Amino acid sequence: MKILIIEDEAEMSRNMQTTMEKENYLVEAVSSYKEALSKIGIYDYDCILLDISLPDGNGLELLKILKDKGLSDAVIIVSAKDSLDDRVLGLNLGADDYLPKPFHMAELNARVKAILRRRKFDGSNVLEFSNLKIDIDHHQVKIDGKELELNRKEFDVLLYLSINKNRLVSKTALAEHVWGDHIDQADSFEFIYSQIKNLRKKLTTAKALPEIKAVYGIGYKLISQ
Amino acid sequence: MKLLNYTTSYFALILIFLLSIWAVIFYIEILDEIYDSMDDGLDNQKMLVIRKAAKDPALLKKNTFDEGNFIITPTSSKTAKKFTDAYRDTLMFMENEEDFEPVRLLESAFRHEGDYYKIKVITSMVEEDDLIKELFFSLIWLYVGLILTILLLNNFLHKKVWQPFYKLLRSLEKFNIEKDTEIKFGSTKVEEFQLLNERIDKLLKKSVESYTSQKEFIENASHELQTPLAISINKLELLAENSSLEPEQMEELGLILNNLERLTRLNRALLLLSRIENRQFADEETVNFNQLLKQIKQEFEDLASHNSIEVDVIETAELHYNMSKDLARILVANLLKNAILHTPAASRVKVEIFKNQILIQNSGEKPLNPKTLFSRFQPGKRSHSNGLGLAISKAIADRYNLEINYDFRDNLHSFTINF
Repeated sequence: MKILIIEDEAEMSRNMQTTMEKENYLVEAVSSYKEALSKIGIYDYDCILLDISLPDGNGLELLKILKDKGLSDAVIIVSAKDSLDDRVLGLNLGADDYLPKPFHMAELNARVKAILRRRKFDGSNVLEFSNLKIDIDHHQVKIDGKELELNRKEFDVLLYLSINKNRLVSKTALAEHVWGDHIDQADSFEFIYSQIKNLRKKLTTAKALPEIKAVYGIGYKLISQ
Repeated sequence: MKLLNYTTSYFALILIFLLSIWAVIFYIEILDEIYDSMDDGLDNQKMLVIRKAAKDPALLKKNTFDEGNFIITPTSSKTAKKFTDAYRDTLMFMENEEDFEPVRLLESAFRHEGDYYKIKVITSMVEEDDLIKELFFSLIWLYVGLILTILLLNNFLHKKVWQPFYKLLRSLEKFNIEKDTEIKFGSTKVEEFQLLNERIDKLLKKSVESYTSQKEFIENASHELQTPLAISINKLELLAENSSLEPEQMEELGLILNNLERLTRLNRALLLLSRIENRQFADEETVNFNQLLKQIKQEFEDLASHNSIEVDVIETAELHYNMSKDLARILVANLLKNAILHTPAASRVKVEIFKNQILIQNSGEKPLNPKTLFSRFQPGKRSHSNGLGLAISKAIADRYNLEINYDFRDNLHSFTINF
């Protein structure tokens, strides 16, 4: 899988690169409109992470060029300018997703994976981790082939942790992804704990090998024993 | 007090004062003049009578006034010689008035063929009380007339001359710095008004300018903060993931992350506020609030049930309103979340939808201060909330001219949105 990061903030770019490389993607990063233009002229990428405010040009122009050429590269716009106009314009121009800064690494990972899944493995939307099998389309979880009953939110939590398997997922990232933007008050995160507790119990009873590990003060990690 | 009444009342006061002084002087002068001419007349009549008496000695025996206006009585030479003409006021019975009326009397003495006579000539006099009465009434009329004239004149001038001033006042009254950028001035030839218009125009432009730049500053600052925040949070996330830190250090890291995320939320809220105020949400559609509220209730279900709070949505009518769907969601979600977070555990939050109103109610002990409730950065007890939730709801309501009200009764906090 080849990923191109177009981002002028060096540290931002490095963070994204590190995260993407952890998922074993081949990552290239450029920091200007011009460089980006020459890159997309030569290579094909599976996914492009595009910052639209570049010092020497507008990222939306790049998007237009890509789509005019009929290239199938998936594009996720990352922008500090979380403006509705840009979002609508970007998506209308053919961007696959729009991620406003600041975002969590786990969220970036989930978005990229979701897009790659949509693009590359048509039909087989199944995620496997150890003896855990998640059918995303059918909202079904199987452990060693045996179905595990989960409610909607438990399923979402497990899916998000599985997408970010072996990685630390912060409570905020999890809450925002599963419960939406409205859940943003630190004290309301306590209730996440009760959800995780239930989910853990269900996983242990079903003898799942992956385990949700709490990283105190930060969040959770799904690891295989 | 209106400007018109103000000047008129001043005029009225000054006029009363001036007219009273003037009346006293006028009265004295007039009276003086009247006496003067009456005395002259009496003197003249005396001479006529004396001359007539010289021809007609019968007149010398006339010692009652009766129909005439003089009497002649003989007197001794001694008295006559010492006598000087004397004018005085006295009372006489007047047949026509059937009363004693004041008369002016001249007493004099003269000699006729060696005999001395005393003569008294009278003339009816001005009745002073009548004069004062007349004068008083005339003055009242004059006063009323003057005030009326001043009022009329003022009114006219008011309409004509002060027109640019009132036009300016009206436009200033309507001026809203959030919506308007300038006001229209009426043209005027009066230098003072020109100056006033000019100054106000300058002042307004300056205010609008600083208001806009302040707004832009907040927006730009929030934008600029996004990237460093993103970098810091992501770096910490990667650090937490990559290193094998001690649990205590991890906890410290978590604390830093929490605070950075708090900053992020605060920043987002500020951006949202400035975007609402800059009217950057243009997409309007018919929003079904019944559906929306049920959906939001669902989203908050986990949060509510965690604190054993029950959220009841009672639909007495369907409520539709044309507005941005995103903003509609934020408007009611903030209020509902506020109610869920602040109601005591194991209590109820009631949401009632009427035809033109949404009511959100939760229990509480003390009323909140309705004056500061919707202002920015007025956090309640929960220090980690950014204190902007209600301010955002208010900004959205203002944007669509909706009304948000707060009421506390029977230990219930009630928020209502009127459509």
